[in-house]
Amino acid sequence: MRTNWVRFLMAACLSVSVSAIADDATQQKGFDIAKQRKERDVGWGSSESSNRMILRDAQGNESVRQLRTQALEVQGDGDKSLTIFDQPADVKGTAFLTYSHVDGADEQWLFMPALKRVKRISSNNKSGPFMGSEFAYEDLTSFELDKFRFNWLRDETVNGVALHVIEATPTDRYSGYTKVITWLDTEAFRPLKTEYYDRKGALLKTATMSDYQLHKDKYWRPHRIDMVNHQTGKSTTLAIDSISFDTNLSVDDFTQNSLKRAR
Amino acid sequence: MEKLIENWALRRSWVTLILSVLLTVVAAWGASQLYFRGDYKVFFGAENPQLRDFESMQATFNKSDNVGIVIAPKQDSVFSERMLELVWRMTEDAWQTPYSSRVDSVTNFQFTEAIDDDLLVAPLLEFTEDLSPEKVEKIRTIALHEPSLVNKLISEDGRVTMINITVQQSDDDQLKTAQSAEIVTFVRDLVARYDLQYAGVEFHLTGVVMVNNGFFEEANKDASTLLPAMFIAVILMLVILLRSFTATTGTVLVIIMSIAVTLGIAGWLGYYLSTATVNVPIIVMTLAVADCVHMGSGVLFNMRNGMHKNDAIAASLALNFKPIFITSATTAIGFLTFNFSDVPPLRDLGNLTAIGVILAWWLSITIFPAFLRVLPLNPPAVAEGKQPMMNRFAEWNIRNRGWLLPVSSAVIVGFTVLMPFNSINDVAIEYFDEDVALRQDADFMQQYLTGFTTVDIALETGEASGVNSPLFLQKLESFSSWLRAQPEVDHVFTLADVYKRLNRNMHNDDNDFYRLPKEQDLAAQYLLLYEMSLPYGLDLNNQLNLNKSAVKLSVTLHENGSKEMVAFEQRVRSWLARYYPEVNVSVAGVGLMFAHIGERNMTSMLWGTAWAIVMISGLLMIALKDVRLGLISLIPNLAPAGIGFGVWAVYNGNVNLGLSVVTSMCLGIVVDDTVHFLSKYKHARQAGKDAEQAVRYAFISVGKALWVTTLVLITGFMLLSLSDFNLNSDLGLLTAAIIAIALLVDFFFLPAFLMLVDKGETYQEVKDAN
Repeated sequence: MRTNWVRFLMAACLSVSVSAIADDATQQKGFDIAKQRKERDVGWGSSESSNRMILRDAQGNESVRQLRTQALEVQGDGDKSLTIFDQPADVKGTAFLTYSHVDGADEQWLFMPALKRVKRISSNNKSGPFMGSEFAYEDLTSFELDKFRFNWLRDETVNGVALHVIEATPTDRYSGYTKVITWLDTEAFRPLKTEYYDRKGALLKTATMSDYQLHKDKYWRPHRIDMVNHQTGKSTTLAIDSISFDTNLSVDDFTQNSLKRAR
Repeated sequence: MEKLIENWALRRSWVTLILSVLLTVVAAWGASQLYFRGDYKVFFGAENPQLRDFESMQATFNKSDNVGIVIAPKQDSVFSERMLELVWRMTEDAWQTPYSSRVDSVTNFQFTEAIDDDLLVAPLLEFTEDLSPEKVEKIRTIALHEPSLVNKLISEDGRVTMINITVQQSDDDQLKTAQSAEIVTFVRDLVARYDLQYAGVEFHLTGVVMVNNGFFEEANKDASTLLPAMFIAVILMLVILLRSFTATTGTVLVIIMSIAVTLGIAGWLGYYLSTATVNVPIIVMTLAVADCVHMGSGVLFNMRNGMHKNDAIAASLALNFKPIFITSATTAIGFLTFNFSDVPPLRDLGNLTAIGVILAWWLSITIFPAFLRVLPLNPPAVAEGKQPMMNRFAEWNIRNRGWLLPVSSAVIVGFTVLMPFNSINDVAIEYFDEDVALRQDADFMQQYLTGFTTVDIALETGEASGVNSPLFLQKLESFSSWLRAQPEVDHVFTLADVYKRLNRNMHNDDNDFYRLPKEQDLAAQYLLLYEMSLPYGLDLNNQLNLNKSAVKLSVTLHENGSKEMVAFEQRVRSWLARYYPEVNVSVAGVGLMFAHIGERNMTSMLWGTAWAIVMISGLLMIALKDVRLGLISLIPNLAPAGIGFGVWAVYNGNVNLGLSVVTSMCLGIVVDDTVHFLSKYKHARQAGKDAEQAVRYAFISVGKALWVTTLVLITGFMLLSLSDFNLNSDLGLLTAAIIAIALLVDFFFLPAFLMLVDKGETYQEVKDAN
């Protein structure tokens, strides 16, 4: 606990001293890095993946959620995605549709097979946990430049990998974070670690991305993300078991009607 | 041994002094490692079953330690634009509380509503701009009909509300205390700001974090007020009793060194300070004074009788060596039996005081004589008379023994039989005196809003998603209703309410559908939808475990008494065992932990007390070299505690953790009086005197010393009774009373009793070791 505290203090001091010297140049540089990241990920089209979420409480008890996600890249706006829950059994077939937007709030719907109805979910929940996990929606939705203000903090080398460290401040009042600090490798602009700071500025969670795989010779995807909550001691691992980019998905597969058909 | 000390302490006074001071500094350095633990958990050993249940519950459902800001407008109700704005703003600001993980209030309550075909989940008051008379009325209607809010975050009459801040603090003891202080400072500042802006509104702070911080603040207060007061009292008493600058200074030196080394050793051994141990210096000081008074007055007495200073010191050392050792040993034994206690701070209190008492003994026969030797010492000119008062008292006593014995016996028996009317009662908040703000705030909340005690009940179904099964939900619902019907229950926070509300929402807010969903997958999907709609910090993690096999209910009780709490727990367990035997139940809570600790600790301390009686009486028999007198001494040694607790039953009747150790402790202390009195008595008997003459001799030779040391002891423990922390003040008060009673028993009962049972027989001529 103590080491966490020390680390937190160091991080806090560091961020204070760094934000004190934030200026147009570092902000521009931060934005440029974020833009690079975004640009490296343009053109993937659509994907279908099968995922697992492993939730752990402070005592180490585990619980697994199985889900499949279809995603569609939308040019000029946020992506669309459709997630179908396979496990736990009593929510099997429940499907979750999101339209993320560059401007304004995202839209979300949930299809509940037991009720055979689609319900819209209000969007001020983006800071809330996704299926009881340590991931909030906002950690999972597509990365959009307009949702943050950026600032470059420093470059550093960790385990021989050269990294950019940039700070992103959410612009949406419904965000649960005051800032998000991301470590990206300088070569492919892949995020390797992200720290989330809560509304009182304290370190809340750390996500570590690993098992990066290259798809279509161009798109890197982390096949494992470990999210640790420092305040509660809980953690969640999100693992991609399989992913395919050769799908025939179109806009028609991401509507409220398609939600009802999703299996 | 005596010779060795005489050689060292008296022949090489300077070496002794310098060496001792050096050793003291080294030992006392350890005190810098001491830290204070302001945490209710210190009262529970790691093996305590209630603590383990509680910690396991916290690990599954997040920690629930909290600060509650109780808000009460003096005039209007909470449901006015001004007050709701206040609650809304304060709720927003409360998120900034250090280590907070969630904030619950009437305004951020996540209300669900069916609008068209959508489920709208939103705070009851999202923006203050929304406020209008209609909005206020709507919020009022919803809030006062919401079972999760009424009698918890809002009073039934809508006049008092609470913002509840849940915090996740470190498991590191030292860090946690500092964090509590940080949290409390923040919340107090917050309240102070709003107090300025909103006239006519009362604020009260309650919750576990406030209690933890209260331990720290009260201990600080004790250390900064009672300790200096005791120093002043001790110096005053020494000046009056010894009337010698050097002897007084020497005694103060012994006291300071005893305390410093005790705390130093505590630090080196890795002890921490708690509300119980913070007063170890006062107790050590109280007990150390007697040793030096005996030594010092002996020296001065000898000098007045014409002895040279160095001879006077040697003679006093020879005379007092054994009695001081015996009385210190019995006192230390009394304190060491605290190790039978289940409560770590009481064990620490016993061990540290025992160390202090032994140190004080050692220092008073080494440093003290050495100090007297190297500094000029002038005995006060006043010649001591032949104690005419004690003389007269002895005569009166002997004359009146005919009625003194039956009357004093009747008093002893009369009060002792009242002992069972005490009941064990441990309530953390009641450890604080009624004039402590924390206690007043808690009382206000109990009176106008909701109880102070929460009990968490976790029901584990044993299978993933078991919570969503219709059968379980039915049971959960009937259990919740049963709980609500219990007389001591103010509020039940149950997931059953959420399911019913969602079911109604899903049926266009039709009140006929305010009931549980009938299929498992429907229940599961409602819950999923709801969970997906909750914002940061307001999730269901505090009620559901990860795989939804277990659910946690939070019950608020306005009844705090240990007996009532344990009875409530029993009723809960038997209800569940009867109607839902297949579910695995855990019941935990801070209040419940305290409710059990009293009983557990008393059971183990009874053994401690029994051992104290056996060992101390044994030591006494060895010291007196007389089994018969040793057995006789049992009465004056035990009767004071009996009377004391009998009086306590009438005066207060609640026995808390602090009082559980009083009997052992008092036994070790009051036995000193008996040792002195009986050894003088025996001395006279062996010299061929009869019981009457022996009593007279005992009174004249030790009567004054007895009441003087008793006075010192009473002063010390009465000072302790001024603490606002009731564990300490009750302990101080009852101990002072028992010590006073012991003197009365020794003066009024014992002589008459000796003259009755010790008639006529002659004592063998034994060489008196004293």
